[in-house]
Amino acid sequence: MAQLAAEGKAAEVLFWVGCAGSFDARAQKVTVAFCKILNEAKVDFAILGTEESCTGDPARRAGNEFVFQMTALQNVEVLNMYGVKKIVTACPHCFNTIKNEYPDLGGNYEVIHHTQFIQDLIADGRLKIQEGGVFEGKKITYHDSCYLGRVNGVYEAPRSILESLDNDLVELKRSRANGLCCGAGGAQMFKEDEPGDKRINTERVEEAINSGASIIAANCPFCITMLSDGVKSFDKQEEVMVFDLAELIVNNNKL
Amino acid sequence: MLASIIFILITAGAFYFAGKKFMKIRRNILLGKEEVLIQDSSQRIKNTFLIAFGQKKMFKRFIPAIFHFFIYAAFLLTQIELIEIFIDGIFGQHRFFYNYLGGFYTFIISIIEILSVLAFVATLIFLIRRNLLKIPRFHKPEMNGWPKLDGNIILYLEILLLIFVFTMNGTDEVLHQRGLSHAHGAQGIGSFNFAISDFMGPFLFGGIESETTLHLLERVGWWGHILVVFAFLNYLPISKHLHIILAFPNTYWAKLSSRGQMANMPEIMNEVKSMMDPNAAFDDTAMSEEIPEFGAKDIFDLSWRDILGAYTCTECGRCTSVCPANITGKKLSPRKIMMDIRDRVEEVGLNLDTGKIEFISPTKKEEGATLSSSNYEDGKNLFDYIQKEELHACTTCNACVEACPVMINPLEPILKLRRYEILTESAGPSDWVPMFTSIENTGSVWAIPDARDKWTELLKED
Ligand code: SF4
Ligand code: SF4
Repeated sequence: MAQLAAEGKAAEVLFWVGCAGSFDARAQKVTVAFCKILNEAKVDFAILGTEESCTGDPARRAGNEFVFQMTALQNVEVLNMYGVKKIVTACPHCFNTIKNEYPDLGGNYEVIHHTQFIQDLIADGRLKIQEGGVFEGKKITYHDSCYLGRVNGVYEAPRSILESLDNDLVELKRSRANGLCCGAGGAQMFKEDEPGDKRINTERVEEAINSGASIIAANCPFCITMLSDGVKSFDKQEEVMVFDLAELIVNNNKL
Repeated sequence: MLASIIFILITAGAFYFAGKKFMKIRRNILLGKEEVLIQDSSQRIKNTFLIAFGQKKMFKRFIPAIFHFFIYAAFLLTQIELIEIFIDGIFGQHRFFYNYLGGFYTFIISIIEILSVLAFVATLIFLIRRNLLKIPRFHKPEMNGWPKLDGNIILYLEILLLIFVFTMNGTDEVLHQRGLSHAHGAQGIGSFNFAISDFMGPFLFGGIESETTLHLLERVGWWGHILVVFAFLNYLPISKHLHIILAFPNTYWAKLSSRGQMANMPEIMNEVKSMMDPNAAFDDTAMSEEIPEFGAKDIFDLSWRDILGAYTCTECGRCTSVCPANITGKKLSPRKIMMDIRDRVEEVGLNLDTGKIEFISPTKKEEGATLSSSNYEDGKNLFDYIQKEELHACTTCNACVEACPVMINPLEPILKLRRYEILTESAGPSDWVPMFTSIENTGSVWAIPDARDKWTELLKED
């Protein structure tokens, strides 16, 4: 972004990478996959690079408003400085915070989740899905993340992407507004579970495994971590894979 | 005449005592903080109409919704009948409207009768469901004791009410068929033609020869009916059945902003802003005040809407049954959070009513001070009811918010309590500390030495 600004140019959209997308080895793969899709569709995008900070979602939900405000106000300042108008992100938590919480801090942007963005690319014909891909007829199930689904009401975009891959989508019993959390939200990702009978991701993965699907499609880096851990706890990592929707497209199109 | 006087006295008493209790609840709700809300009355009216009146969210579970709807509709429509009962009671009339409304009267009462039968069936099913079927959401720890009894009492009252209604209508029908009914406009031998008591009356009471007994039973039905209604009115304020009233304001005032938006804290935002702004004048007026408390420790720090929600809670447990933390055996139960808030505010309310100066905070005890909500202190707070472990288990997934049929938001008080723990007490799960520090120092949730854009190398590798 800084580079573009220096050249006096503006990108079509800013890709907000997020902490997980930047640092987590598993989520980095999703970041790369999404970049490939953007390149393939010839989207002119920019990143903030080192000027990006955590949106503050886990701090705020843990209750630490000070830390949230510090990091969030800094982000708003940077975004406003570059005059950013449109943001796409592959993390539903970043998506939610920038979209719903930054306006109170003086940050008003059009914020889109990457699944919505990809759906638009497909709909506009900018991204072609190769037919007869590896997923044709495969049983895939989809896990609604809380912050994309129930909280922001985005249920269709991810499903329509799956549809375009011609696979056999099996819905989980608890889906859409009734989707079950993966267990990471509300800063749970960063602490040990409270005492209980089982882990939330175990509960969720059990449901996914019982659906008979060989792939669990997700839209959130934290869900992916949680679900993968869950699959491992059942020792099913050979039979059941967890992928982000962007990765599915990259695999399908062999990008 | 005597009957009229007794009726008027009982009615006045019932309304007086109930009114007093309702005013207390109003006072208790307003112990919460004021809150700036989105003013969109058309959206709010629409929500109230669809969700409270139309029970839209109930219908996500279709079968209980149908049975609940029978009870609800029977309850609503029976109120029309009450108008007549009051007129009859005060002026010593008998079925005052029968003479004037004729066929329409028969129609209305018939509908009430049919709904009452459906409600009766529903009530029996609910009693069985609550007590014999092992439905987990009715058997969580917070449901032991009074909440369990409360859930059953109402069903018994409902059955009692229906018995009285059908005794009243049934005996009157038999009397009418013998040309003896006292109803206004029921001359000679005839029938009221009410849908159910038309045949059920003769079936149940047709064998009674004595006119006096029939008239007596008819009066028992009439008085029993109104007395159950008065009992119910006075029972409401201490019961979860308050929701039949509060579901409406609670839905009306429910959060309209996005579920994903946690309430901003402008006091902290402004302080951080001035910290970030090198040119900001050092504002020492803000500093000289006593250290502010953030978040919520007691009901006084919650919004009045949180307390309204607590009083509205039907204790149905739909929230708890979808809570991922609760499903996996953690202590958190969003229903319990709402019930705890209600219990706590009731406790504070009762203490305030005593007016005892022992409840005045030691720091605010001045000569001649009287007890009020602004100087109240009893050495307890919400954390005596809610354990931190419960709060820490919440994933902020909003499933409870989605599930609640009467638009209660258990997540908002949970997050306010968390804010108190973290911001005011500087406590909380120690696991979170590295995350906070890392965000503060490196702008990332993890303290990773790499540059934030190092991943771009991966893109080049491919
Ligand atoms: S938001 Fe918290 S309390 Fe509500 S269902 Fe989710 S985890 Fe449970
Ligand atoms: S908060 Fe709502 S869903 Fe939960 S028990 Fe109360 S009424 Fe039922």
